[in-house]
Amino acid sequence: MMSFLLYKALLVIIIFVISLVMAMYSTYGERKVAAFMQDRLGPNRAGPIGILQPLADGVKMFMKEEIIPNVSNKFLFVLGPSVAMFTSCITGAVIPWGTSLHIGNTYYPLQVTDINIGILYIMAVTSIGVYGIMIGGWASNNKYSLMGALRASSQMISYEIAMGLAIIALVMHTGTLSLGKIAAMQTSWHWNVIYQPLGFLIFLICAFAETNRTPFDLPESDSELIGGYHTEYSSMKLGFYLFAEYINMFISSAVISTIYFGGYHMPFVGHIASGNFLAILGVIFLFAKIIFFIFFFMWVRWTLPRFRYDQLMNLGWKVLIPLSIFNIGLTGFLMWATGRIH
Amino acid sequence: MMQDSIQKFTFLALGFFAVLSGLMVVFTKNPVHSVLYLVLTFFAITGEYILLNAQFIAIVNVIVYAGAIMVLFLFVIMLLNLNKETEPHKNPYLKFAAVITSGLLLLVIVGSLKAADKAIATPYPNTGDIMQSLAKVLFTQFLVPFEVSAVLFLAAMVGAVMLGKKEIK
Amino acid sequence: MQALTTRSKVAVDKKMTLKERLYLPAIIGGMAITLKHFFMKKVTIQYPEQTREFAPVYRGQHVLKRDDNGAERCTACGLCAVACPAEAITMTAAERKKGEENLYREEKYASVYEINMLRCIFCGLCEEACPKEAIFLTDRKVDSEYQRGIFVYGKDKLVEKMDERVDVSKRQTKEVIEFKKHPEYAHNQLNKSLK
Repeated sequence: MMSFLLYKALLVIIIFVISLVMAMYSTYGERKVAAFMQDRLGPNRAGPIGILQPLADGVKMFMKEEIIPNVSNKFLFVLGPSVAMFTSCITGAVIPWGTSLHIGNTYYPLQVTDINIGILYIMAVTSIGVYGIMIGGWASNNKYSLMGALRASSQMISYEIAMGLAIIALVMHTGTLSLGKIAAMQTSWHWNVIYQPLGFLIFLICAFAETNRTPFDLPESDSELIGGYHTEYSSMKLGFYLFAEYINMFISSAVISTIYFGGYHMPFVGHIASGNFLAILGVIFLFAKIIFFIFFFMWVRWTLPRFRYDQLMNLGWKVLIPLSIFNIGLTGFLMWATGRIH
Repeated sequence: MMQDSIQKFTFLALGFFAVLSGLMVVFTKNPVHSVLYLVLTFFAITGEYILLNAQFIAIVNVIVYAGAIMVLFLFVIMLLNLNKETEPHKNPYLKFAAVITSGLLLLVIVGSLKAADKAIATPYPNTGDIMQSLAKVLFTQFLVPFEVSAVLFLAAMVGAVMLGKKEIK
Repeated sequence: MQALTTRSKVAVDKKMTLKERLYLPAIIGGMAITLKHFFMKKVTIQYPEQTREFAPVYRGQHVLKRDDNGAERCTACGLCAVACPAEAITMTAAERKKGEENLYREEKYASVYEINMLRCIFCGLCEEACPKEAIFLTDRKVDSEYQRGIFVYGKDKLVEKMDERVDVSKRQTKEVIEFKKHPEYAHNQLNKSLK
């Protein structure tokens, strides 16, 4: 019992640290990708090829003057970034980072907890995440912040529906809501993306909207709302909001890789490796997929312009939701046609 | 045994917390604070559900109530920008009616609690897939009410769209 | 009106085809372009280590030339100050004393010669106006400073040192010398009236 708790605590700490490091280096990666796509070099002065840039940014963030507006609601003003950070950090608990390590006589699963409703847990945490933005935006007592907060909440609610419907089609295919089981069943090349291409596309678009990334970054939109919900924030509280966005990006990349791209599976490696070596390889494959999706998030950001607000709502309600309902029907029909249900 | 008592203590603490934040919903002046306290209440209730081994209900409670409905509440309150000046004037007759109706509601709740099983709620036995057993019950034993509520939601959605549409002249 | 670029497209309010309404082909096309740029050669110049190549006729910080014996060429005629469109040049003239022949080439010289580098627009009209081949713009840059006063450069900074002479041959091409022989080409009214 005690060693079990110790192992879980260790795993939680490792995942927490990995999330933070990934988020740190996502900021660096974002700047590098942006620069490369614009034929520039990007940050390269802090350490070799700028590898220490995130540390320098962090120090800068902590050193900046902390301003809490006089007319704001002080408690909620501080609560906002805390909620944003908290919700983005707790999602990593249900993601299967690998199979399990076999040391001595015990198996150590590389997943903090395999609850049987893992996908729903992620949905729930995402839907709580909007409170961080709403509370912060409202407590700032600034009309731009409030506009950002309202945009964020309506956008996230709208796209959560399409996301949930996309997941329903996926769950029809997998027959389980547990992320561990979903990852385990996609052996070799049987990735869910092959069986659910439309669902994957819808989920991907919704993931962009849920993480407030371009082309759906209307809650922030510097050019119209001068930063949106975090207009009034400074110092590390602003840092927390920005950091939470990058952690969200990491977690959604992990979720996409797990539920659609085979998680820790890779075709053909089952033949050349086994046991603990295979488990470690699996973790490496999963992280390769995650890093690809993080790159994809950035790639899209530096390619596409922002949606107009009515276009955003049209896309969410009039395109994605009907499309995902159609996807559910199609999945059901195909399952009936192939004889998986009667 | 030790684990059992921890569970009981957590259950009671969460219940106390839920009641406390429920009271705060009523007693705070600021409507935004009220909504946030209501969210806290929902979280406490979610905790109770998890302790009763009903994870599905717990998570759906978070998604639907805390994550969607309360966000909409907050949304509307922020848009309306309610404060003391815009508070509608309260009619004394209205207050009287409010007391009577809430008294009746209390009566109903107390009555139903008295009629209910006295035994303290016990966790659902942890056997097999909770999701699967829930789905089986929903689609066999409670199929008709389930479908009727679905139709109800559909009707509500159609009505909302109709109200939202501008009238064509 | 003639279009300024060959790549401009006229906006037409036509119905989009299905392919256009899907947006995905256009998005993929755009992403292909950004990915292509991802691997392109970068145009950044790493400034303190690398510097951009100067044009041969680059106009930077001025120099007041000395002749080969080390005497200042400037005779304080004031044509440069008159030519200057930014009114950045001021000078005070003085008469050469006996025994100063190795210091000043002409009988009159500038005891004070100041250029305000914050006003100067580095147009090069001063060197064009100079009849004595005394002032030139060089390929050196004006250093950045923290105070404005430092930018008023006096003779200490402008006159070239004999041990580190400044090469202005790039600005003394045959064409320039030929041009200078014809005062009727000069820009300002004063030169025209002198003719």
